[in-house]
Amino acid sequence: MRALTAPLELVALALRYSLAGIVAHPWRTRAWVVGLIAIALVFAFGSTLERLPVTSVQLGYRGTAMEAEYNPRLLKPEIEANRLLPALPAVPDAGIPSSKAYKNIKVLQTADANQFLRQMGAFANWINPAAGCAYCHSLNNMASDSLYTKTVTRRMIQMTREINTNWKAHVGGVGVTCYTCHRGNSIPQNVWFTEPPPGAGHGLAETGTGQGSPDKASGLTTLASDPFTPFLLNAMPIRVTGVSDLNIGNNASTKQAEWTYGLMMHFATSLGVACTYCHNTNNFASWDQGTPNRVPAWYGIRMVRDLNRNYMLPLTNVFPAGRKGPMGDVAKINCATCHQGAYKPFYGASDLAAYPLLAQRNTP
Amino acid sequence: MFDYRAAFGIEYQNLFNRTHVEGPLDIGPVLKSGNEFRRGRPWTSVLLGFIGSAQVGPFYLGAVGLASIVCGFIAFEIIGLNMLASVNWDPVQFIRQLPWLALEPPAPAYGLHIPPLAEGGWWLMAGFFLTAAIFLWWVRVYQRARALGMGTHVAWAFASAIFLYLVDGFIRPLLMGSWGEGVPFGIFPHLDWTAALSVRYGNLYYDPFHMLSIVFLYGSTLLFAMHGGTILAVSRYWGEREIELTTDRGTAAERAGLFWRWIMGFNASYESIHRWAWWFAVLCTLTGGIGILLTGTVVDNWYLWGVKHGIAPMYPHVYPYIADPGHLRGVLQ
Repeated sequence: MRALTAPLELVALALRYSLAGIVAHPWRTRAWVVGLIAIALVFAFGSTLERLPVTSVQLGYRGTAMEAEYNPRLLKPEIEANRLLPALPAVPDAGIPSSKAYKNIKVLQTADANQFLRQMGAFANWINPAAGCAYCHSLNNMASDSLYTKTVTRRMIQMTREINTNWKAHVGGVGVTCYTCHRGNSIPQNVWFTEPPPGAGHGLAETGTGQGSPDKASGLTTLASDPFTPFLLNAMPIRVTGVSDLNIGNNASTKQAEWTYGLMMHFATSLGVACTYCHNTNNFASWDQGTPNRVPAWYGIRMVRDLNRNYMLPLTNVFPAGRKGPMGDVAKINCATCHQGAYKPFYGASDLAAYPLLAQRNTP
Repeated sequence: MFDYRAAFGIEYQNLFNRTHVEGPLDIGPVLKSGNEFRRGRPWTSVLLGFIGSAQVGPFYLGAVGLASIVCGFIAFEIIGLNMLASVNWDPVQFIRQLPWLALEPPAPAYGLHIPPLAEGGWWLMAGFFLTAAIFLWWVRVYQRARALGMGTHVAWAFASAIFLYLVDGFIRPLLMGSWGEGVPFGIFPHLDWTAALSVRYGNLYYDPFHMLSIVFLYGSTLLFAMHGGTILAVSRYWGEREIELTTDRGTAAERAGLFWRWIMGFNASYESIHRWAWWFAVLCTLTGGIGILLTGTVVDNWYLWGVKHGIAPMYPHVYPYIADPGHLRGVLQ
């Protein structure tokens, strides 16, 4: 034991005599103290604090700490990174529908041929400006369906129309275009795949519980590595908090609460907001103590669930294997897919009016 | 040996001072029958001499102490090896992700049944061995106090902490009918569990026993600062010889008492301050345990409970009435 502690004891002896020196020379003491304080301050400021100013926006009744904190200096690059592309110039109508001018038109067949072409140009800019038309079309035969990307795009046009016409409860008049998610990427930067389900680990050890790892999905907590499959694909109950003072049959477990919490952390990080953007944290479950922002969020959950089930899942066999997740599933949508860190995509800016074909109702 | 006491007299303090006290090695009193041997030859440590007694050892291990260490080691290994397995036995990732790694309790679907090892069985086993280790250590603390002819105050204070540990990981899961209600092993995981428990039960801050627990927690630090500060402040009058001053009040005790009477009109005595401190510490975990025991078993939403019983306000509305869209559609999800 003595041998083990001997090196430590040597350090201690050195410390002891340096301390004796400090006592003997007060100026050296001051130098030590000033130096240590300087190091502590540099560490504290450098590692934890951000430079002022911070703007505080009150979101609820005074004294409830319902507020959003923004640092304008840090917000500026965020706003720059979330700008719409300039809208393509308007073109006069050709006077004939696209289905008369081109072959194999299945979704935008009633659109005017010129408006149709303009919209096609916008698709190229929004989704893959480098490849342009060739990303979806065989350039030898534009009408051919040989590329799977064309089949996907047709379905995505219908999905965009579905959002803009049937999910106004979430997107309001702002609406979405392809660029809301794609931002010039053929695959939107924020998509998700289903993780192997809890308990799918192999061997005797407890692995793959869906918890206990630095989970990006739930804001680097350990709450849930995949809070999306249960809530944004399946309709597992999200509400866990008791709605009465005494227990009258609420069987939600603390573990369920962890998954719900994980989903909520995803909401917050996707929108660049805190809990109090929607909730009064004195009682998360309460609607009338929260903010009206919670209502579009509620519809957003149902919207994303609808889109994943009815638009993404049916495309599973269209995508090649390399585009799928570890479970062979298709890429899916969550809050970050559109929001990308902003409380409203593009901080509320909209160019849907410049692309009216995307705001039309789908023909049944 | 150089006599520091004689050289520096009253200046002697043993927390990071150049004065360093070492006496002849002390083996302790002769033990009565029924006790085992103390192990190892004691030695002195410069490092420890800075902050306390320079003498290390001898240790009393005993059968109970040995069993406790073995059980604790088994629990530690079960937790650590499962964490290592969860990063595919990669030592680098084990260190990088360690604060996040977990050994999770079983899924709620298992209720109080014994789950397979990989799905919570290891958690149950680690909990069993950790609890055994803690119980055996408690016995050791009790027995060693008795062997020295002391009271068993430390053991009972420890028992209060064990009560909170048992409520969190064993008694409450038992009452709730699900091992899944237990606390995961892990640094961030157990903190995330705490936050999730509070959200599930409508905000634990409105649990009056949680409030009491916080009172005693913060109160303990306050008392610690007041007592430590007072005694250090009168050490120039030999104030830290508390036992002598208990039987024979000297100027240190008089000044310390007068100080607090001037400050707040009342002073604890040289005897009572230690009971204050002991009870604050003990009540911290005792009230906390009661608060958790009532959570979920009786109370489902502590905020609403607080509103009903007049301890929490229902704040005025600042927005027009916000309807729950789930109710508008006639569904609750």
